[in-house]
Amino acid sequence: MTEPLLEARGLTKRYGQVQALQGADFTAYPGEVVALIGDNGAGKSTLVKALSGALRPDGGDILLEGRAVHLDSPLDAQRLGIETVYQDLALAPDLDAAANLHLGRELYFGGILRPLSILDRGAMRRAARTAFAELGIDLRDITVPVGSLSGGQRQSVAVARAVAYANKVIFMDEPTAALGVVQRGRVLDTIRRVRDRGVSVVLISHNMPEVLAVADRVEVLRLGQRVARFTAAESTVEELVGAMTGALAAQS
Amino acid sequence: MTATEVGVVEENGGAVEPPSASLSQRLLGANALWTFLILVGLVVFFTIAAPSTFLTQYDITQIATNAAIYLVLGVGMTFVIITGGIDLSVGSVLILSGVLAAEYVVHHGGYNAHWPSIIVGIVISMATGTAWGVLQGFVCAKAKVPPLIVTLGGLGMALGIARIITTGNDVAGGAPNALVETLGLGKLFGVIPWIVIVAVLCTVVFGLVLAYTRFGRYTYAIGSNAEAARRVGIKVERKLIQVYALSGLMAGIAGVMSLAFFHTTTIAGHSTDNLAVITAVVMGGTSLFGGRGTIVGTVIGVFIPAVLNSGLVIIGVQQYWQDVAVGAVLVFAVYLDQLRRRSRERS
Repeated sequence: MTEPLLEARGLTKRYGQVQALQGADFTAYPGEVVALIGDNGAGKSTLVKALSGALRPDGGDILLEGRAVHLDSPLDAQRLGIETVYQDLALAPDLDAAANLHLGRELYFGGILRPLSILDRGAMRRAARTAFAELGIDLRDITVPVGSLSGGQRQSVAVARAVAYANKVIFMDEPTAALGVVQRGRVLDTIRRVRDRGVSVVLISHNMPEVLAVADRVEVLRLGQRVARFTAAESTVEELVGAMTGALAAQS
Repeated sequence: MTATEVGVVEENGGAVEPPSASLSQRLLGANALWTFLILVGLVVFFTIAAPSTFLTQYDITQIATNAAIYLVLGVGMTFVIITGGIDLSVGSVLILSGVLAAEYVVHHGGYNAHWPSIIVGIVISMATGTAWGVLQGFVCAKAKVPPLIVTLGGLGMALGIARIITTGNDVAGGAPNALVETLGLGKLFGVIPWIVIVAVLCTVVFGLVLAYTRFGRYTYAIGSNAEAARRVGIKVERKLIQVYALSGLMAGIAGVMSLAFFHTTTIAGHSTDNLAVITAVVMGGTSLFGGRGTIVGTVIGVFIPAVLNSGLVIIGVQQYWQDVAVGAVLVFAVYLDQLRRRSRERS
């Protein structure tokens, strides 16, 4: 197989009495959708936070393209091309889609105006239109506050923001949890499109049929350790659930 | 689909199309639009009722002069409220800034002080306000004490310190003639009062900052979702301190304006400035929950009581009706804001 893009080796993390990660491994290869599944408390969130820079693990290594990296904040991860779509989306509801897409990375008028940091709204709107179009997201009006958009559209904005800046990996934490059937299908389409652009998508989900539908591979976390890896096309929901609950023997 | 609309993908024919925001909506915000119509209605009403006196040049000058100090305070307050905060201390900070400036001027020429001393006094007033704002912003942002409490404490402390310094009496000779005759009473070309020009300058400059710069955008972002702002790398605490510093700076400028206009430090006055200014800002469509608001709206909100006051006096109605009307408009404005929020949460 090709060389891993993002790799966790033996990550440990303890919260007081709770050992959330007990030497957890994780691998994402270039241009794939890999699902990270596990029961509640298996350590999924902790692992994702460690890999996206939101928390520092107590021990273990994180490797990006074979080199050890230290992620002290989400900004460190973003600089390396790793973005996260949070479950709460982390959007500013009063700002429009173009503003949210560029939040923290605004475009300004250049030249002698540059020191004044005047926002170039036209350029941001054009860039936003392009970004949404590339993902096939239909937002009729990118100038209305995202708070007045539907849940699915808000999700699209959050995903598009991550895609616009990630050139290596995107973490998506339960991206379809709050969505209806039609919108759910759209988000899954978007995930495939992102993968086709060569960016790896790490999908955290509880929905097993969905995982099998969209993921290329599945990694299973149980009690803070990776206990199984599957190729999605050759797996069944029963196998995944079995690995999650420990009913099935570990395999790799 | 036209060729010019690059990137607009039409695939969901069943979706309800959200209305596109018009220019006027963008300028005013949906709430401020209502308040603007109320202001227009008032002006039309008083113009019809008293065509020979209302909105004459003299009357306009009076209205604008009376609104000038509130306008400057309102500019800072708009930024603070958009971040989801509040600044109750503005009136006291205005007094403290004015008192410190006056104390300096008294010892450097008093009534007959020359411009170099006056300018030092102005700088002292602005620096005092800014420093006070930084302090309050620091406690709000870093120590996480709610702004309501921080600025309530600041209100008491600033006024207390001003009274300690002056032993409770206004500083005699703190308002030099040169300042009173220009900023206080003087008019550009004999027409536009300087105090109004200062207010307009502050309003325009910071109105543009709020609407068109990074500082303004981050002010909205923090008020809208501080956690989201933090995650994309915006230094939320530092921005908050800057916003409270701006409110303090505006109070410092207003302190100089007050000194010049009232010819004294007015330590017994300004006790309800904070409420008047918050009322104006909220009437102008700025959301008390943060994330929304405009300086244009605040200008409208400041002018409603000013126009009412002038108009009621002219038509011979007790001007206390102003308080009744402003109270009603305030509640109406917040009701609209709540409606908007609820309709959004349902979607």
